[in-house]
Amino acid sequence: MATMRVPNRLGRFGRFGGRYVPETLIPALDELEKAYHDARRDGEFRRQLRALLKDYVGRPTPLRRADRMSAELGFEVYLKREDLNHTGAHKINNTLGQVLLARRMGKRRIIAETGAGQHGVATATAAALFGLTAEIYMGAEDVRRQALNVYRMRLLGAVVHPVESGTRTLKDATNEAIRDWVTHVRDTFYVIGSVVGPHPYPMMVRDFQSVIGREARRQVLSLLGGLPTHVVACVGGGSNSMGIFYPFRKDPVQLIGVEAAGEGLNSGRHAASIFMGEPGILHGSLSYLLQDEDGQIWPAHSISAGLDYPGVGPEHAYYHDTGRAQYGAATDDKALEAFRLLAQWEGIIPALESAHALAWVIEEQETLRREGARVLVNLSGRGDKDVEQVSRLERRDAHAND
Amino acid sequence: MRTIDQSFAQAREEGRAALIPYITAGYPDLEKLAGLVGALTRAGADIIEIGIPFSDPLADGPVLQKAASQALSQGTRLSSIFEVVRSISRQAPPLVFLTYINPVFRFGIERFMASAREAGVQGLIIPDLPWTEGASLRTAARAQKLALIPLVAPTSTPAHLHAIRNAKGFVYGVSVTGVTGAREVLDAGVERLVRRVKAAVSLPLAIGFGIATPMQAQQVGRLADGVIVGSALVEEIGKEPRRAEENAFKFVTELRQALRNNTAKA
Ligand SMILES: Cc1ncc(COP(=O)(O)O)c(C=O)c1O
Repeated sequence: MATMRVPNRLGRFGRFGGRYVPETLIPALDELEKAYHDARRDGEFRRQLRALLKDYVGRPTPLRRADRMSAELGFEVYLKREDLNHTGAHKINNTLGQVLLARRMGKRRIIAETGAGQHGVATATAAALFGLTAEIYMGAEDVRRQALNVYRMRLLGAVVHPVESGTRTLKDATNEAIRDWVTHVRDTFYVIGSVVGPHPYPMMVRDFQSVIGREARRQVLSLLGGLPTHVVACVGGGSNSMGIFYPFRKDPVQLIGVEAAGEGLNSGRHAASIFMGEPGILHGSLSYLLQDEDGQIWPAHSISAGLDYPGVGPEHAYYHDTGRAQYGAATDDKALEAFRLLAQWEGIIPALESAHALAWVIEEQETLRREGARVLVNLSGRGDKDVEQVSRLERRDAHAND
Repeated sequence: MRTIDQSFAQAREEGRAALIPYITAGYPDLEKLAGLVGALTRAGADIIEIGIPFSDPLADGPVLQKAASQALSQGTRLSSIFEVVRSISRQAPPLVFLTYINPVFRFGIERFMASAREAGVQGLIIPDLPWTEGASLRTAARAQKLALIPLVAPTSTPAHLHAIRNAKGFVYGVSVTGVTGAREVLDAGVERLVRRVKAAVSLPLAIGFGIATPMQAQQVGRLADGVIVGSALVEEIGKEPRRAEENAFKFVTELRQALRNNTAKA
């Protein structure tokens, strides 16, 4: 199947995507679509965003060969350093775009969902920059797991609402954010954190995150005089991966998305929606979903809160169907190992999310070595937020082995 | 079997709005569904909405969220809901399912419609399926003579009101921008909503979301052709699960009484 230019006018990526939300929200989505369309063509909007990305976020982020990792693995590995962005992950690329748009639309109330808290922090940051107040929905379980990010959001002036319903994680926080939006739709802008949700969000978030791939493509071309063989990124909702994939989509480059295999793909405790899921509809779009035969959503599991989501963006589902991208999965254990290895090899502590992409590269090293691969990995975030959790896990394991 | 159209016609003849109570299948447990539908029937319900519990009910407030999650944690399955409904639909007023889109999609759209019809259901309300995404579902519903009931919100545009003019069953008017759940006072926008819908669509209009008391039912009943009561009834049912039927009967009887006293139709 050929990969076409997507989405179409109805927000469809092939059979995926769409707008499955209450009727109440449809006019707001139409308004957003139009405002985004206009903003994209407005030189002033684009200049503002470009200036913020440069002088506030610190873009362009570096791209450099990971020398010791390359030597250890026997093929070349390059890292795109999204971890060096202000606030420590790629999420800020998108939140600045959306908050700028909210301002343009005259919406003063900002809401967002968050899993790990990275998107919440990035939204709170963008809101603070413009003197707006953000209200962030976060599953009560994640509030506990990511206490540091909760503190950061509050410090930035955001109101954090712990969500006690359902599995008390990202999917439930998203439900609650949508309930808030339905209720306050007239004055509220919902800043979605990944390439998910109803049209135009998957397209808009992809566009805002594509800055990663545009820079990376330019950087590898000038560094190597050619393209990488593989571009690898972790997939939660799929924004850092789509952001780096998109500008490479017409190149002869393998695009690899790495999902969270949790405790193993056969354990029932994972977050591999493309690998293990079935088509279904959640949070506004049709895509691959972890669900049972009755269409009830399965709780996802991953060691990294940012990948702990039972769905995935519709454009990834489309890339999977057309074969434009391949999807793999890495377990909690392999991600933890990669987390430690990158710290030792390169002096870089990656986010546990990003460690999944590294884990895939390490796992596939024999094949990649044989092929003489030149692998570009999107290092979507830094691991400071995860250090406490990992050290807690180590102490627990040490106990268990006593 | 009485049809949806006949139910509205009869209520109109009696000079009152139709009463449409909602219950969640499997709450407090699935064994009670038949008895509850019987109680609502005896209390004078004109149409009954049966909710299919969903894990992620993003259009629902706390009461219906809790009912759905309890129903699911007790193992309520779609197949058993169809089975119970099949056994009761002949003795009941018109039944409509309220379901989120994913259970329908996963089950198979055509298969779902066929099973619903076979169980004696006459219509479907899908709160997360806007009209613009509903073409294939409408085709499948029509093939089984099921009404796919359009929703209208205070934010709905004239274009939407125009698009739904040939829909079947009735129009579900969402009284507020928000989720389901009892409200202390009725939204002032209801009157305007009713006026706009009535000017554009000839189908009966039932109003739901937030109607909790006989007084509110009476107020809305003066404006619209039907009154939908969900969260308040489910809460009543949940108070004392062992007396669910009695309490449901009592509450719905009061609602129906309030509508009967309706004389002045605005
Ligand atoms: C560092 C990092 N990487 C990846 C993700 C996953 O999101 P996405 O797949 O949208 O990039 C998150 C989400 O919180 C994150 O914080």
